[in-house]
Amino acid sequence: MADPMKIRASMKGDVAEIRILMSHAMETGQRKDAAGNTVPAHFIQNLTIDVAGKRIVEGQTGTAIARNPVFGFKMKGAKAGDKVVVNWVDNKGDKRTDEATIA
Amino acid sequence: MEINPTRRIVLRGAGSIGAVSALMMAGLLKPTAVYAADWNKAAFDAKDTAAALKTLGAGTPAEHKDLMIKVPDIAENGAVVPVDVVSNIPNTTSIAILVDKNPTALTSHYSFSNGALAEVSARIKMGQTSLVRAVAKAGDKYYVAQKECKVTVGGCGG
Repeated sequence: MADPMKIRASMKGDVAEIRILMSHAMETGQRKDAAGNTVPAHFIQNLTIDVAGKRIVEGQTGTAIARNPVFGFKMKGAKAGDKVVVNWVDNKGDKRTDEATIA
Repeated sequence: MEINPTRRIVLRGAGSIGAVSALMMAGLLKPTAVYAADWNKAAFDAKDTAAALKTLGAGTPAEHKDLMIKVPDIAENGAVVPVDVVSNIPNTTSIAILVDKNPTALTSHYSFSNGALAEVSARIKMGQTSLVRAVAKAGDKYYVAQKECKVTVGGCGG
């Protein structure tokens, strides 16, 4: 199981800002280790964000997302106290779901 | 067989839920394979921007002043390049970020709904100096914004 995400969500006026830090190696499948063996690709492929039970973002990611991915999104129509649920799934079927509350 | 709600959502795009469940019950599809079905492999495997855009159905998008992309002029470390994309084009429903000279051009793709603003910030890898493009879909039209980023150390091969 991967390490938890860090999710920060806060209201700036009438816009909710959501920032997510995921803990993931994001191997491209092109890197070689010290012994010269290719490190197999291992990367997040899908991410979703739900706020107050409604899907706001669906993302698909490839190997060109940096290690330990950081994402920022914004939405209107949310309020402080709404629950934010973030999900990711990688190419090996590992997954992680974490929650935060909009401050 | 119990079908949990998240899996149901993930299955969308893999065709009829019934058909897929039947396959899963028959043991033909492992859950990982089902997840992968919702991932646009053809688009992510495309070697260059033109091919990736074609797979996304974007064709040759037009430039639009209300679509903005922000990347650094010079990235010292190609392994971590911050990108911000903002679309103020009405009815923008999705944004894709592409790097022309990466081994595969498409880095990521985001769809927005239920009040999400058509904005994303992410950190991407760049193998070498390249144009970085944001492609936004608004209604049934596609628009593009691009900016060059000079990379001094590549971030793909390691």
